Amino acid sequence: MSIDRREFLKIAGASAIFALGGMAIVNDIVKDNLEASQFSPEPGALTARKWAMVIDMQKFKTEDDYKKVINVCNSIHNIPDFGNPKDEIKWIWTDTFEHTFPGQQQEFMPESLERMPFVMLCNHCDNPPCVRVCPTKATFKRKDGIVMQDMHRCIGCRFCMAACPYGSRSFNWRDPRPFIKKENPEYPTRTKGVVEKCTFCVERLAKGLMPACVEASNGAMIFGDLTDPNSEVRKALSSNYSIRRKPELGTGPNIYYIIGGADNA
Amino acid sequence: MYDGGKILFGILIFLAFVTFPFYNDIGKANVKPEPKIDTPEIQKLPQKKCVEPKAFMKAEHMKLLNEWRDSAVRDGNRVYVASDGKRYIISLQNTCMRCHSNKKEFCDKCHNYAEVNPYCWDCHIAPKEAKIAPKEAKNEY
Ligand code: HEC
Ligand code: HEC
Ligand code: HEC
Repeated sequence: MSIDRREFLKIAGASAIFALGGMAIVNDIVKDNLEASQFSPEPGALTARKWAMVIDMQKFKTEDDYKKVINVCNSIHNIPDFGNPKDEIKWIWTDTFEHTFPGQQQEFMPESLERMPFVMLCNHCDNPPCVRVCPTKATFKRKDGIVMQDMHRCIGCRFCMAACPYGSRSFNWRDPRPFIKKENPEYPTRTKGVVEKCTFCVERLAKGLMPACVEASNGAMIFGDLTDPNSEVRKALSSNYSIRRKPELGTGPNIYYIIGGADNA
Repeated sequence: MYDGGKILFGILIFLAFVTFPFYNDIGKANVKPEPKIDTPEIQKLPQKKCVEPKAFMKAEHMKLLNEWRDSAVRDGNRVYVASDGKRYIISLQNTCMRCHSNKKEFCDKCHNYAEVNPYCWDCHIAPKEAKIAPKEAKNEY
């Protein structure tokens, strides 16, 4: 028996319809019994098209000003203190001008600037190299610009650490739990073998709160939507000259620094 | 029959060994785990209900937790609207475990029985069970 082209198309069409219909019926039977359940953001959540931060270094005057912003982050996020730089876990930390802005130091710049510590955290880049190299999509860019780290997917390969030009990522070489001074029971710890970094406090933004460092900084750190011309960050940027870390690399860092004059520093 | 006594004795010992697993389990067999829900937070509830119906929770809580995790961490949606319309803040530590603050008598009871050992507690902080009355409920609003 042979079939002509017309006959073949008829049979193929009929079986396709039959198969689709069958699928719909099967789907109906095994359908999730939680149809009505769904997910949504919290009503008061802070949202933006692109989060950015301005750090006004002129307002960091005493050692205490630095400690406040760093300690609050460490304590709410259960960041361990191993007491040695090799194992250190850092979300927000400080370093010298030369290390923060390599290539931007001048020969005869104010000595105070050369010596003062600069606050650093993840730059939440427009074009994050860490995201590009992550093999499990554990680190990814959210719609609001935040570069997020999903601890559940991190396999600890550390490609992201090699890719990040800012040293914003830390690896847990050891079990952090015994080294956490006082656990915050509302936030998870991490475990040996995962990479972690600053998340711009996504868990706080979701509740309508500013990042913890911003809140503790007394106005020295400003946080807002870079795409909104009326936001605090835009106001600060349009009235001050600012610099960013290693912009020449093309990563598009979103932390801006206001350096100011020597008398302020 | 030579050595019949010895052979019989041997057979008896053999049978004793072979059947050991059976009589050892008499009485113990099938003691189903009974997860306890008598926590302060649950006592306060007008209706002792979980986020979803009990049968669903029993069978699907691990899948629900995965959905919660992905929704909060990956999509940034931290409110769960249950099938009965109630809203919950998505959090393992601050929602599930605030009600089920007796992890040892609840989650662990079943998990030990089923020999599953979720690794969540490597990072997520389990409730401190010696203490009483967890903080005021914030999980529902
Ligand atoms: C508002 C308080 C509350 C919250 C929040 C809550 N539960 Fe429950 N849960 C209960 C109560 C009460 C029961 C008993 C329900 C019943 O007997 O009908 C229960 C039952 C269960 C059961 C079934 C136990 C059994 O005996 O079969 C599981 C599993 C469970 N919960 C897991 C969870 C998980 C996982 C979460 C977080 C996603 C959670 N619960 C959040 C109150 C809560
Ligand atoms: C009614 C018994 C029961 C209770 C109560 C219960 N579980 Fe489970 N849970 C199970 C069983 C059985 C499995 C394994 C299912 C499987 O392997 O398919 C499981 C698996 C899990 C898994 C997945 C583990 C893995 O390795 O994939 C998680 C996560 C989990 N439970 C969390 C919880 C939490 C949190 C609680 C307490 C709030 C809880 N469960 C209470 C019976 C229970
Ligand atoms: C490597 C550490 C780690 C492990 C292991 C881990 N988590 Fe998480 N989990 C986190 C971190 C960090 C967050 C982010 C908390 C936030 O943003 O509020 C999180 C968030 C979550 C959230 C959403 C927000 C919240 O506060 O609960 C859920 C749900 C969750 N995890 C469930 C699980 C379950 C279920 C397991 C085990 C199967 C697990 N996690 C294992 C670190 C971990």
